[in-house]
Amino acid sequence: MSGIIEIISAEFNYWIYVTLMMIGFYAMIAKKNLVKKVIGANIFQTAIFLFYISLAEVKGGTAPILLHGHEGADVAHGAVNEVIYVNPLPHVLILTAIVVAVSTTAVALALIIKIYQEYGSLEEDVILAYRRQLQPEFSEYARQKQEGEQ
Amino acid sequence: MKLAALLVVILAGGMLIYAGQDLPAFGDPGSPAYQHPIIDHYITNSETESGVGNIVTALLANYRGYDTLGEVTVIFTAGMTVILLLRRREI
Amino acid sequence: MSGIQESVIIRTVVRIMVPFIQIFALYVIMHGSSGPGGGFQGGVIFGASIILYTMIYGHKEGKKRMSDKLSRILSSSGVAIFALTGILCLVFGGMFLQYGVVPLLPDDPAQVSRLLIDVVEIGIGITVLAVMISLFFDISPPETEEEELVASEEAGQ
Repeated sequence: MSGIIEIISAEFNYWIYVTLMMIGFYAMIAKKNLVKKVIGANIFQTAIFLFYISLAEVKGGTAPILLHGHEGADVAHGAVNEVIYVNPLPHVLILTAIVVAVSTTAVALALIIKIYQEYGSLEEDVILAYRRQLQPEFSEYARQKQEGEQ
Repeated sequence: MKLAALLVVILAGGMLIYAGQDLPAFGDPGSPAYQHPIIDHYITNSETESGVGNIVTALLANYRGYDTLGEVTVIFTAGMTVILLLRRREI
Repeated sequence: MSGIQESVIIRTVVRIMVPFIQIFALYVIMHGSSGPGGGFQGGVIFGASIILYTMIYGHKEGKKRMSDKLSRILSSSGVAIFALTGILCLVFGGMFLQYGVVPLLPDDPAQVSRLLIDVVEIGIGITVLAVMISLFFDISPPETEEEELVASEEAGQ
């Protein structure tokens, strides 16, 4: 019984983040609305960030900001008292990744607005049906084909 | 369609959890990511070389400053892309 | 939609709170070197304050505070500050973004590094706040009748 508790306490972060990742993945592939797909991509990215940051944790560690002034003096006056800092490198990488995720979402939403202005609908199957019918006012290829047939 | 998606998702999740048994335990100080010598160099030398107390800012702006320059370029490009796609008035 | 105004309580509270949010954003940017924070975080908080003001008071008021031209100028100058700091280090004989070789203070490369990190963080904060506000103004729909006419005209071209 204690073996199971050990396994759970060693890996529970990984299970939680895989669950979140799979929720986002399901939203990306199974929903038909375009905005819901973008939100699913966002959930997926958030799960990846949390997973990375949880890998940086060290037991008994504090935030990677050096202690100064009075706290540092107390630390130096006492016995050999080392402060353990968590791994700072994944925090830096994820800061960059968060900004990239925001930029990607912004450009995706702008493209969705242009798609809506062109086709009048946000559902994936309606848009694909329009394009398969090759309406001349929707695609240049259909227009040339129609002129070639005349 | 949704049933196929659900099966794919469960399969992918199961494979990920099965492959995750090799990852280091949560909070393990002996994990390879923490034992690399450069982490020690960053923590002990960042104050004397960069003059700031926040290790993450010293890493972002001093040791890995080139990545941050690319980062700011990414967000600037996103702003310009949205302007090009959606701006309704004369620029 | 422009004829409806929010209630007096919301308008008054927002007008009081916006300067304090901006001061907090500046605090977060400038204290990036000795506490949690930095350029990205402070820039987003500043952008959120102007977005809140625009949501409550309307697009015309928001455009008065941060016009299109100002947000274009600010977003380019933030990137320029960062790149010019790197080129400044090249001018004085070091490598790109090697902060220690700039002779601002004679014999203390760590303090010079600290000053230039602060300058770089300010540049990042300026770019992020301008881009956040510009994204909000572009994605939001037209508000008044005349904006809608102009939009449908340009979409038909």
